[in-house]
Amino acid sequence: MALYNDTVMEHFMNPHNVGEIENADGKGIYGSPVCGDMMQITLSVDENEVITDAKFKTFGCGSAIASSSMATDMIKGMTVEQALELSNEKIVEELGGLPAIKIHCSVLAEHAIKNAIYDYAQRHGKEYAGLEGYDPNAEHHDDCEDGEDGCASCEN
Amino acid sequence: MKNVYMDYSATTPVKQEVAEAMIPYFTEIFGNPSTLYGPGLKAKEGLENARCQVAGLIGAEPREIFFTSCGTEADNWVLEGVADAFSKKGNHIITTKIEHHAILHTCQYLEKHGIEVTYLDVDSEGFVDPADFEAAIRSTTILASIMMVNNEIGTLQPIKELAAIAKAHGILFHTDAVQALGNFPIDVNDLGVDFISMSAHKIYGPKGVGALYKRAGIQIPSFVHGGAQERKKRAGTENTAGIVGFGKAAELAGKNLEEHHRHADSLRRMLWDRLSSEVPDVSLNGPADFTRRHPGNLNVSFSYVEGEAILLLLDSFGISVTTGSACSSGSLGTSHVLNAIDVPVTRANGAIRFTTGDFTTEEDIEYVVETVKKVIGRLRELSPVTGEEGW
Repeated sequence: MALYNDTVMEHFMNPHNVGEIENADGKGIYGSPVCGDMMQITLSVDENEVITDAKFKTFGCGSAIASSSMATDMIKGMTVEQALELSNEKIVEELGGLPAIKIHCSVLAEHAIKNAIYDYAQRHGKEYAGLEGYDPNAEHHDDCEDGEDGCASCEN
Repeated sequence: MKNVYMDYSATTPVKQEVAEAMIPYFTEIFGNPSTLYGPGLKAKEGLENARCQVAGLIGAEPREIFFTSCGTEADNWVLEGVADAFSKKGNHIITTKIEHHAILHTCQYLEKHGIEVTYLDVDSEGFVDPADFEAAIRSTTILASIMMVNNEIGTLQPIKELAAIAKAHGILFHTDAVQALGNFPIDVNDLGVDFISMSAHKIYGPKGVGALYKRAGIQIPSFVHGGAQERKKRAGTENTAGIVGFGKAAELAGKNLEEHHRHADSLRRMLWDRLSSEVPDVSLNGPADFTRRHPGNLNVSFSYVEGEAILLLLDSFGISVTTGSACSSGSLGTSHVLNAIDVPVTRANGAIRFTTGDFTTEEDIEYVVETVKKVIGRLRELSPVTGEEGW
Protein backbone atom coordinates (compact mmCIF):
# COMPACT_ATOMS: atom_id res chain seq x y z
CA MET A 1 0.00 0.00 0.00
CA ALA A 2 1.30 3.40 -0.89
CA LEU A 3 0.21 6.89 -0.09
CA TYR A 4 0.00 7.80 -3.79
CA ASN A 5 -0.48 5.95 -7.06
CA ASP A 6 2.43 5.31 -9.46
CA THR A 7 1.67 8.31 -11.69
CA VAL A 8 1.69 10.71 -8.73
CA MET A 9 4.86 9.14 -7.36
CA GLU A 10 6.56 9.35 -10.76
CA HIS A 11 5.72 13.06 -11.07
CA PHE A 12 6.88 13.64 -7.48
CA MET A 13 10.13 11.71 -7.82
CA ASN A 14 10.99 13.03 -11.28
CA PRO A 15 9.03 16.24 -11.69
CA HIS A 16 8.81 17.87 -15.13
CA ASN A 17 9.17 21.60 -15.80
CA VAL A 18 11.00 22.53 -12.63
CA GLY A 19 12.38 26.04 -12.48
CA GLU A 20 11.60 29.59 -13.39
CA ILE A 21 11.41 31.09 -16.90
CA GLU A 22 13.53 34.21 -17.22
CA ASN A 23 11.63 37.18 -18.64
CA ALA A 24 8.42 35.17 -18.41
CA ASP A 25 5.31 36.51 -20.10
CA GLY A 26 3.29 35.64 -17.02
CA LYS A 27 4.12 34.75 -13.44
CA GLY A 28 1.72 33.57 -10.77
CA ILE A 29 2.16 32.62 -7.13
CA TYR A 30 -0.49 30.94 -5.05
CA GLY A 31 -0.62 29.67 -1.47
CA SER A 32 1.76 30.37 1.37
CA PRO A 33 4.25 28.35 3.36
CA VAL A 34 2.16 29.03 6.47
CA CYS A 35 -0.57 26.88 5.00
CA GLY A 36 1.89 24.19 4.07
CA ASP A 37 2.03 24.77 0.33
CA MET A 38 2.95 27.46 -2.15
CA MET A 39 3.30 27.29 -5.91
CA GLN A 40 4.93 29.56 -8.45
CA ILE A 41 4.22 29.19 -12.17
CA THR A 42 5.99 31.06 -14.97
CA LEU A 43 4.78 31.03 -18.59
CA SER A 44 6.05 31.82 -22.06
CA VAL A 45 3.25 32.77 -24.42
CA ASP A 46 3.70 33.34 -28.17
CA GLU A 47 1.98 35.84 -30.44
CA ASN A 48 -0.82 33.38 -31.13
CA GLU A 49 -1.55 33.21 -27.41
CA VAL A 50 -0.24 29.68 -27.21
CA ILE A 51 1.63 28.65 -24.07
CA THR A 52 5.01 27.53 -25.38
CA ASP A 53 6.64 26.86 -22.03
CA ALA A 54 5.64 26.55 -18.39
CA LYS A 55 7.81 26.04 -15.34
CA PHE A 56 7.06 25.68 -11.65
CA LYS A 57 8.59 25.96 -8.21
CA THR A 58 6.63 24.48 -5.34
CA PHE A 59 6.90 24.33 -1.58
CA GLY A 60 4.64 21.51 -0.54
CA CYS A 61 3.94 17.86 -0.07
CA GLY A 62 4.25 15.05 -2.60
CA SER A 63 0.90 15.67 -4.23
CA ALA A 64 1.51 19.43 -4.50
CA ILE A 65 4.75 18.78 -6.38
CA ALA A 66 3.13 16.09 -8.56
CA SER A 67 0.15 18.38 -9.32
CA SER A 68 2.54 21.18 -10.34
CA SER A 69 4.46 18.86 -12.63
CA MET A 70 1.32 17.44 -14.25
CA ALA A 71 -0.44 20.79 -14.58
CA THR A 72 2.54 22.45 -16.30
CA ASP A 73 2.78 19.45 -18.65
CA MET A 74 -0.90 19.83 -19.49
CA ILE A 75 -0.90 23.55 -20.30
CA LYS A 76 2.12 23.46 -22.58
CA GLY A 77 0.78 23.78 -26.12
CA MET A 78 -2.61 25.00 -24.97
CA THR A 79 -3.93 28.43 -25.88
CA VAL A 80 -4.36 30.81 -22.97
CA GLU A 81 -8.11 30.38 -23.22
CA GLN A 82 -7.83 26.60 -23.07
CA ALA A 83 -5.51 26.83 -20.09
CA LEU A 84 -8.02 29.03 -18.28
CA GLU A 85 -10.52 26.21 -18.60
CA LEU A 86 -8.21 23.70 -16.97
CA SER A 87 -9.95 22.61 -13.80
CA ASN A 88 -8.39 20.95 -10.82
CA GLU A 89 -10.58 17.90 -11.51
CA LYS A 90 -8.84 17.44 -14.86
CA ILE A 91 -5.44 17.59 -13.16
CA VAL A 92 -6.57 14.97 -10.63
CA GLU A 93 -7.93 12.83 -13.45
CA GLU A 94 -4.63 12.95 -15.34
CA LEU A 95 -2.81 12.01 -12.14
CA GLY A 96 -5.06 8.98 -11.82
CA GLY A 97 -6.57 10.31 -8.60
CA LEU A 98 -5.38 11.89 -5.36
CA PRO A 99 -6.35 11.03 -1.78
CA ALA A 100 -9.42 13.11 -0.80
CA ILE A 101 -7.43 15.12 1.72
CA LYS A 102 -4.96 16.11 -1.01
CA ILE A 103 -7.42 17.43 -3.56
CA HIS A 104 -6.59 20.99 -2.48
CA CYS A 105 -3.11 20.49 -3.98
CA SER A 106 -4.69 20.29 -7.43
CA VAL A 107 -6.75 23.39 -6.65
CA LEU A 108 -3.49 25.12 -5.81
CA ALA A 109 -2.15 24.28 -9.28
CA GLU A 110 -5.32 25.50 -10.99
CA HIS A 111 -5.11 28.82 -9.12
CA ALA A 112 -1.38 29.28 -9.69
CA ILE A 113 -1.96 28.88 -13.43
CA LYS A 114 -4.85 31.35 -13.36
CA ASN A 115 -2.66 33.82 -11.48
CA ALA A 116 0.10 33.46 -14.04
CA ILE A 117 -2.37 34.03 -16.89
CA TYR A 118 -3.88 36.99 -15.02
CA ASP A 119 -0.39 38.48 -14.84
CA TYR A 120 0.11 37.83 -18.56
CA ALA A 121 -3.26 39.45 -19.40
CA GLN A 122 -2.47 42.49 -17.26
CA ARG A 123 0.92 42.99 -18.82
CA HIS A 124 -0.26 42.49 -22.37
CA GLY A 125 -3.59 44.28 -22.11
CA LYS A 126 -5.63 41.18 -22.86
CA GLU A 127 -9.06 40.26 -21.66
CA TYR A 128 -10.44 36.76 -21.26
CA ALA A 129 -13.89 35.53 -20.35
CA GLY A 130 -12.26 33.01 -18.06
CA LEU A 131 -10.74 35.80 -15.97
CA GLU A 132 -13.90 37.82 -15.53
CA GLY A 133 -14.26 38.76 -11.89
CA TYR A 134 -11.14 36.79 -11.03
CA ASP A 135 -9.29 38.03 -7.98
CA PRO A 136 -5.71 36.74 -7.86
CA ASN A 137 -5.39 37.87 -4.26
CA ALA A 138 -8.44 35.99 -3.00
CA GLU A 139 -7.76 33.96 0.12
CA HIS A 140 -6.52 30.57 -0.82
CA HIS A 141 -7.68 27.34 0.60
CA ASP A 142 -10.37 27.61 3.18
CA ASP A 143 -9.21 24.40 4.78
CA CYS A 144 -5.92 25.94 5.82
CA GLU A 145 -7.12 27.17 9.18
CA ASP A 146 -9.36 24.40 10.34
CA GLY A 147 -7.02 21.51 9.79
CA GLU A 148 -7.88 18.58 12.00
CA ASP A 149 -5.05 17.30 14.08
CA GLY A 150 -3.79 13.82 13.63
CA CYS A 151 -0.43 14.02 11.94
CA ALA A 152 1.71 10.94 12.02
CA SER A 153 4.04 11.85 14.81
CA CYS A 154 1.27 13.12 17.06
CA GLU A 155 -0.21 9.67 17.01
CA ASN A 156 2.79 7.88 18.30
CA MET B 1 18.20 -1.06 -1.18
CA LYS B 2 19.46 -0.22 2.27
CA ASN B 3 16.75 0.01 4.94
CA VAL B 4 17.31 2.29 7.90
CA TYR B 5 14.59 2.46 10.49
CA MET B 6 14.72 5.82 12.29
CA ASP B 7 11.32 5.84 13.98
CA TYR B 8 11.76 3.94 17.26
CA SER B 9 9.30 6.31 18.95
CA ALA B 10 6.55 5.08 16.64
CA THR B 11 7.24 1.47 17.43
CA THR B 12 10.13 -0.96 17.86
CA PRO B 13 10.83 -4.36 16.40
CA VAL B 14 10.14 -7.27 18.74
CA LYS B 15 13.45 -8.59 20.05
CA GLN B 16 14.29 -12.18 19.27
CA GLU B 17 14.29 -13.23 22.94
CA VAL B 18 10.87 -11.63 23.34
CA ALA B 19 9.43 -13.41 20.31
CA GLU B 20 10.87 -16.71 21.56
CA ALA B 21 9.31 -16.23 24.98
CA MET B 22 5.93 -15.60 23.34
CA ILE B 23 5.76 -18.47 20.87
CA PRO B 24 4.89 -21.29 23.30
CA TYR B 25 1.90 -19.24 24.48
CA PHE B 26 0.36 -19.38 21.02
CA THR B 27 0.79 -23.09 20.50
CA GLU B 28 1.45 -25.19 23.61
CA ILE B 29 0.46 -23.06 26.58
CA PHE B 30 -2.76 -21.93 24.96
CA GLY B 31 -5.14 -22.47 27.88
CA ASN B 32 -7.45 -19.73 29.06
CA PRO B 33 -5.75 -18.25 32.13
CA SER B 34 -9.13 -18.09 33.89
CA THR B 35 -9.60 -21.86 33.81
CA LEU B 36 -8.63 -24.09 36.67
CA TYR B 37 -7.00 -27.08 34.97
CA GLY B 38 -3.39 -27.63 34.01
CA PRO B 39 -3.06 -25.78 30.67
CA GLY B 40 -5.04 -22.81 32.02
CA LEU B 41 -3.01 -22.62 35.20
CA LYS B 42 0.20 -22.76 33.20
CA ALA B 43 -0.96 -19.81 31.10
CA LYS B 44 -1.90 -17.98 34.30
CA GLU B 45 1.60 -18.60 35.59
CA GLY B 46 3.05 -16.92 32.49
CA LEU B 47 0.71 -14.00 33.00
CA GLU B 48 1.69 -13.51 36.63
CA ASN B 49 5.37 -13.84 35.85
CA ALA B 50 4.97 -11.05 33.28
CA ARG B 51 3.19 -8.93 35.88
CA CYS B 52 6.22 -9.29 38.16
CA GLN B 53 8.57 -8.38 35.31
CA VAL B 54 6.64 -5.22 34.39
CA ALA B 55 6.25 -4.25 38.07
CA GLY B 56 9.99 -4.77 38.49
CA LEU B 57 10.81 -2.27 35.75
CA ILE B 58 9.03 0.55 37.61
CA GLY B 59 9.52 -0.45 41.25
CA ALA B 60 5.86 -1.35 41.75
CA GLU B 61 4.08 -4.26 43.41
CA PRO B 62 2.81 -6.86 40.91
CA ARG B 63 -0.75 -6.33 42.22
CA GLU B 64 -0.50 -2.70 41.10
CA ILE B 65 -0.08 -3.68 37.42
CA PHE B 66 -3.17 -4.11 35.21
CA PHE B 67 -2.69 -5.25 31.65
CA THR B 68 -4.61 -3.46 28.91
CA SER B 69 -4.72 -3.60 25.12
CA CYS B 70 -2.44 -0.57 24.69
CA GLY B 71 -1.17 2.62 26.28
CA THR B 72 -4.14 4.53 24.92
CA GLU B 73 -6.55 2.29 26.81
CA ALA B 74 -4.61 2.90 30.03
CA ASP B 75 -4.84 6.68 29.42
CA ASN B 76 -8.58 6.51 28.73
CA TRP B 77 -9.15 4.32 31.77
CA VAL B 78 -7.37 6.62 34.24
CA LEU B 79 -9.03 9.82 33.07
CA GLU B 80 -12.54 8.43 32.82
CA GLY B 81 -12.12 6.28 35.93
CA VAL B 82 -10.92 9.12 38.16
CA ALA B 83 -13.54 11.51 36.76
CA ASP B 84 -16.18 8.97 37.67
CA ALA B 85 -14.88 7.76 41.05
CA PHE B 86 -14.03 11.24 42.36
CA SER B 87 -17.03 13.13 40.99
CA LYS B 88 -18.17 13.99 44.51
CA LYS B 89 -14.82 15.62 45.25
CA GLY B 90 -14.62 17.68 42.09
CA ASN B 91 -14.71 17.88 38.32
CA HIS B 92 -11.41 19.51 37.35
CA ILE B 93 -8.46 17.89 35.60
CA ILE B 94 -5.11 19.52 34.81
CA THR B 95 -3.06 18.39 31.84
CA THR B 96 -0.80 20.02 29.24
CA LYS B 97 -1.10 21.24 25.68
CA ILE B 98 1.50 18.77 24.46
CA GLU B 99 -0.03 15.49 25.62
CA HIS B 100 -0.61 12.59 23.27
CA HIS B 101 -4.05 12.52 21.67
CA ALA B 102 -4.90 9.55 23.89
CA ILE B 103 -5.03 12.13 26.70
CA LEU B 104 -6.17 15.22 24.79
CA HIS B 105 -9.07 13.58 23.01
CA THR B 106 -10.19 11.82 26.19
CA CYS B 107 -10.15 15.19 27.96
CA GLN B 108 -12.24 16.68 25.16
CA TYR B 109 -14.70 13.83 25.56
CA LEU B 110 -14.87 14.41 29.32
CA GLU B 111 -15.44 18.13 28.77
CA LYS B 112 -18.66 17.21 27.00
CA HIS B 113 -19.68 15.39 30.16
CA GLY B 114 -19.21 18.13 32.74
CA ILE B 115 -15.49 17.85 33.44
CA GLU B 116 -13.42 21.03 33.36
CA VAL B 117 -9.92 20.74 31.98
CA THR B 118 -6.95 23.09 32.24
CA TYR B 119 -4.37 22.63 29.48
CA LEU B 120 -1.06 23.99 30.79
CA ASP B 121 1.25 25.92 28.52
CA VAL B 122 4.82 24.75 28.11
CA ASP B 123 8.00 26.73 27.46
CA SER B 124 9.85 26.87 24.15
CA GLU B 125 11.45 23.48 24.84
CA GLY B 126 8.26 21.83 26.00
CA PHE B 127 8.76 22.01 29.76
CA VAL B 128 5.89 22.56 32.17
CA ASP B 129 6.60 25.21 34.80
CA PRO B 130 5.79 23.65 38.21
CA ALA B 131 4.62 27.08 39.42
CA ASP B 132 2.07 27.20 36.58
CA PHE B 133 0.88 23.77 37.59
CA GLU B 134 0.45 24.74 41.23
CA ALA B 135 -1.36 27.93 40.25
CA ALA B 136 -3.85 25.95 38.16
CA ILE B 137 -4.94 23.78 41.09
CA ARG B 138 -8.47 24.47 42.33
CA SER B 139 -10.51 23.10 45.22
CA THR B 140 -12.32 20.97 42.64
CA THR B 141 -9.17 19.52 41.04
CA ILE B 142 -9.14 15.73 41.21
CA LEU B 143 -6.39 14.68 38.82
CA ALA B 144 -3.29 15.88 37.03
CA SER B 145 -2.12 14.02 33.94
CA ILE B 146 1.28 15.08 32.61
CA MET B 147 3.29 12.94 30.24
CA MET B 148 6.77 11.95 31.36
CA VAL B 149 8.42 12.17 27.92
CA ASN B 150 6.88 13.86 24.90
CA ASN B 151 6.54 11.68 21.82
CA GLU B 152 7.36 14.40 19.28
CA ILE B 153 10.11 16.49 20.82
CA GLY B 154 11.31 14.18 23.59
CA THR B 155 10.99 16.61 26.52
CA LEU B 156 11.50 14.90 29.90
CA GLN B 157 9.21 16.60 32.43
CA PRO B 158 10.17 17.13 36.08
CA ILE B 159 7.61 14.50 37.13
CA LYS B 160 8.93 14.06 40.67
CA GLU B 161 8.56 17.76 41.40
CA LEU B 162 5.12 17.97 39.77
CA ALA B 163 3.86 14.86 41.57
CA ALA B 164 5.03 16.29 44.91
CA ILE B 165 2.98 19.44 44.28
CA ALA B 166 -0.05 17.29 43.43
CA LYS B 167 0.40 15.27 46.58
CA ALA B 168 0.69 18.39 48.75
CA HIS B 169 -2.70 19.47 47.40
CA GLY B 170 -4.32 16.04 47.72
CA ILE B 171 -4.61 15.53 43.97
CA LEU B 172 -4.04 12.24 42.18
CA PHE B 173 -1.18 12.26 39.65
CA HIS B 174 -1.01 10.30 36.42
CA THR B 175 1.83 10.20 33.95
CA ASP B 176 1.74 8.73 30.46
CA ALA B 177 5.16 7.09 30.44
CA VAL B 178 4.81 5.30 27.13
CA GLN B 179 7.83 7.14 25.68
CA ALA B 180 9.79 7.13 28.95
CA LEU B 181 9.62 3.42 29.74
CA GLY B 182 12.89 1.69 29.00
CA ASN B 183 14.56 5.02 28.23
CA PHE B 184 14.77 6.47 31.74
CA PRO B 185 14.76 4.78 35.14
CA ILE B 186 11.25 4.86 36.63
CA ASP B 187 10.50 4.18 40.28
CA VAL B 188 6.89 4.80 41.21
CA ASN B 189 7.73 5.49 44.85
CA ASP B 190 10.61 7.81 44.10
CA LEU B 191 8.50 9.68 41.54
CA GLY B 192 5.48 9.71 43.84
CA VAL B 193 2.95 9.10 41.08
CA ASP B 194 -0.41 7.34 41.42
CA PHE B 195 -0.90 6.06 37.88
CA ILE B 196 1.41 5.27 34.98
CA SER B 197 0.44 4.29 31.43
CA MET B 198 2.80 1.94 29.62
CA SER B 199 3.02 0.18 26.28
CA ALA B 200 4.95 -2.94 25.23
CA HIS B 201 5.67 -2.10 21.60
CA LYS B 202 7.82 0.92 22.42
CA ILE B 203 10.26 -1.29 24.39
CA TYR B 204 10.89 -4.05 21.84
CA GLY B 205 7.75 -5.95 22.87
CA PRO B 206 4.65 -6.77 20.84
CA LYS B 207 1.84 -4.43 19.76
CA GLY B 208 -1.57 -4.86 21.34
CA VAL B 209 -0.42 -4.85 24.97
CA GLY B 210 -0.18 -2.05 27.47
CA ALA B 211 -0.52 -1.69 31.20
CA LEU B 212 -1.74 0.67 33.84
CA TYR B 213 0.12 1.03 37.11
CA LYS B 214 -2.45 1.95 39.76
CA ARG B 215 -1.15 2.66 43.25
CA ALA B 216 -2.58 0.15 45.73
CA GLY B 217 -5.50 1.57 47.69
CA ILE B 218 -6.84 3.88 44.96
CA GLN B 219 -10.17 2.68 43.63
CA ILE B 220 -11.39 3.47 40.14
CA PRO B 221 -14.11 1.58 38.26
CA SER B 222 -13.23 -0.86 35.53
CA PHE B 223 -13.12 0.44 31.99
CA VAL B 224 -13.93 -2.74 30.12
CA HIS B 225 -16.82 -4.58 31.75
CA GLY B 226 -17.29 -8.31 31.78
CA GLY B 227 -15.47 -11.19 33.45
CA ALA B 228 -13.25 -11.20 36.51
CA GLN B 229 -9.89 -10.89 34.72
CA GLU B 230 -7.22 -8.54 36.10
CA ARG B 231 -8.72 -8.72 39.57
CA LYS B 232 -12.08 -7.65 38.22
CA LYS B 233 -10.61 -4.40 36.92
CA ARG B 234 -10.19 -5.17 33.24
CA ALA B 235 -12.46 -7.77 31.70
CA GLY B 236 -11.70 -9.83 28.61
CA THR B 237 -9.64 -12.95 28.04
CA GLU B 238 -6.04 -11.96 28.47
CA ASN B 239 -3.68 -11.58 25.50
CA THR B 240 -1.44 -14.16 27.15
CA ALA B 241 1.29 -14.36 24.53
CA GLY B 242 1.38 -10.57 24.20
CA ILE B 243 1.54 -10.07 27.95
CA VAL B 244 4.31 -12.65 28.28
CA GLY B 245 6.15 -10.73 25.55
CA PHE B 246 5.63 -7.46 27.42
CA GLY B 247 7.06 -9.10 30.56
CA LYS B 248 10.14 -10.33 28.74
CA ALA B 249 10.62 -6.96 27.04
CA ALA B 250 10.34 -5.21 30.42
CA GLU B 251 12.92 -7.54 31.93
CA LEU B 252 15.33 -6.85 29.06
CA ALA B 253 14.62 -3.10 29.17
CA GLY B 254 15.58 -3.07 32.85
CA LYS B 255 18.81 -4.96 32.22
CA ASN B 256 19.74 -2.87 29.17
CA LEU B 257 18.58 0.52 30.38
CA GLU B 258 21.98 2.19 30.74
CA GLU B 259 23.48 0.60 27.63
CA HIS B 260 20.37 1.38 25.59
CA HIS B 261 20.37 5.00 26.74
CA ARG B 262 24.06 5.45 26.02
CA HIS B 263 23.78 3.85 22.57
CA ALA B 264 20.67 5.72 21.37
CA ASP B 265 21.94 9.00 22.80
CA SER B 266 25.39 8.83 21.24
CA LEU B 267 23.96 8.09 17.78
CA ARG B 268 21.33 10.81 18.15
CA ARG B 269 24.08 13.31 19.11
CA MET B 270 26.15 12.19 16.13
CA LEU B 271 23.17 12.71 13.84
CA TRP B 272 22.53 16.21 15.19
CA ASP B 273 26.21 17.20 15.09
CA ARG B 274 26.41 16.21 11.45
CA LEU B 275 23.07 17.65 10.32
CA SER B 276 23.60 20.95 12.11
CA SER B 277 27.04 21.41 10.60
CA GLU B 278 26.41 20.03 7.11
CA VAL B 279 22.86 21.14 6.24
CA PRO B 280 22.14 24.88 6.09
CA ASP B 281 19.06 26.32 7.77
CA VAL B 282 18.23 23.42 10.02
CA SER B 283 16.90 24.01 13.53
CA LEU B 284 16.32 21.84 16.58
CA ASN B 285 12.83 21.50 18.08
CA GLY B 286 12.69 20.58 21.77
CA PRO B 287 15.28 20.60 24.57
CA ALA B 288 18.80 21.69 23.60
CA ASP B 289 20.05 19.92 26.74
CA PHE B 290 20.01 16.34 25.50
CA THR B 291 20.11 14.95 29.04
CA ARG B 292 16.56 16.26 29.47
CA ARG B 293 15.31 14.64 26.32
CA HIS B 294 14.36 11.14 25.08
CA PRO B 295 17.74 9.51 24.32
CA GLY B 296 16.89 8.66 20.72
CA ASN B 297 14.74 11.67 19.79
CA LEU B 298 15.87 14.28 17.30
CA ASN B 299 13.18 16.61 15.98
CA VAL B 300 14.51 19.06 13.43
CA SER B 301 13.06 21.59 11.02
CA PHE B 302 14.45 22.00 7.53
CA SER B 303 13.49 25.48 6.37
CA TYR B 304 11.91 26.12 2.93
CA VAL B 305 10.71 22.55 2.41
CA GLU B 306 7.71 20.55 3.48
CA GLY B 307 7.80 17.52 5.78
CA GLU B 308 5.79 15.02 3.78
CA ALA B 309 7.92 15.59 0.71
CA ILE B 310 11.03 14.92 2.83
CA LEU B 311 9.44 11.79 4.29
CA LEU B 312 8.48 10.41 0.87
CA LEU B 313 11.91 11.01 -0.61
CA LEU B 314 13.70 9.54 2.42
CA ASP B 315 11.36 6.54 2.18
CA SER B 316 12.41 6.08 -1.45
CA PHE B 317 15.95 5.68 -0.09
CA GLY B 318 14.77 3.17 2.51
CA ILE B 319 14.83 5.56 5.47
CA SER B 320 11.80 5.59 7.80
CA VAL B 321 11.04 8.82 9.66
CA THR B 322 7.97 10.73 10.82
CA THR B 323 6.94 14.30 10.09
CA GLY B 324 5.75 16.80 12.62
CA SER B 325 3.70 18.47 9.99
CA ALA B 326 0.46 18.89 8.28
CA CYS B 327 0.40 17.08 5.08
CA SER B 328 1.75 13.89 6.60
CA SER B 329 -0.94 11.31 7.09
CA GLY B 330 -4.32 12.44 6.10
CA SER B 331 -4.60 15.76 7.86
CA LEU B 332 -3.83 19.38 7.48
CA GLY B 333 -2.65 21.67 10.21
CA THR B 334 0.65 21.52 11.98
CA SER B 335 1.56 19.56 15.07
CA HIS B 336 -0.11 20.71 18.30
CA VAL B 337 3.19 20.14 20.08
CA LEU B 338 5.25 22.30 17.73
CA ASN B 339 2.52 24.94 17.96
CA ALA B 340 2.65 24.82 21.76
CA ILE B 341 6.40 25.46 21.80
CA ASP B 342 5.94 28.32 19.32
CA VAL B 343 7.85 26.88 16.39
CA PRO B 344 6.93 29.22 13.52
CA VAL B 345 4.42 27.46 11.26
CA THR B 346 6.74 27.79 8.29
CA ARG B 347 9.38 25.81 10.16
CA ALA B 348 6.90 23.38 11.70
CA ASN B 349 5.88 22.44 8.15
CA GLY B 350 9.38 21.14 7.53
CA ALA B 351 9.79 19.24 10.80
CA ILE B 352 11.06 15.68 10.82
CA ARG B 353 11.38 13.37 13.82
CA PHE B 354 14.25 10.89 13.81
CA THR B 355 14.48 8.33 16.63
CA THR B 356 17.48 6.09 17.10
CA GLY B 357 17.23 2.78 18.94
CA ASP B 358 19.01 -0.43 19.86
CA PHE B 359 19.52 -1.58 16.29
CA THR B 360 20.73 1.74 14.89
CA THR B 361 24.39 1.75 13.83
CA GLU B 362 26.99 4.41 13.03
CA GLU B 363 26.79 3.35 9.38
CA ASP B 364 23.06 4.04 9.49
CA ILE B 365 23.70 7.57 10.72
CA GLU B 366 26.27 8.09 7.98
CA TYR B 367 23.76 6.93 5.35
CA VAL B 368 20.96 9.05 6.83
CA VAL B 369 23.11 12.21 6.87
CA GLU B 370 24.27 11.76 3.28
CA THR B 371 20.73 10.99 2.08
CA VAL B 372 19.18 13.90 3.99
CA LYS B 373 21.69 16.26 2.39
CA LYS B 374 20.73 14.97 -1.04
CA VAL B 375 16.98 15.05 -0.39
CA ILE B 376 16.91 18.48 1.21
CA GLY B 377 19.06 19.90 -1.58
CA ARG B 378 16.71 18.49 -4.20
CA LEU B 379 13.56 19.81 -2.52
CA ARG B 380 15.10 23.22 -1.95
CA GLU B 381 15.83 23.45 -5.67
CA LEU B 382 12.12 22.88 -6.23
CA SER B 383 11.04 25.40 -3.63
CA PRO B 384 10.03 28.98 -4.48
CA VAL B 385 10.97 29.96 -0.94
CA THR B 386 14.60 30.68 -0.29
CA GLY B 387 14.93 32.82 2.80
CA GLU B 388 13.10 33.72 5.96
CA GLU B 389 12.25 37.12 4.48
CA GLY B 390 10.52 35.33 1.63
CA TRP B 391 7.98 33.71 3.91
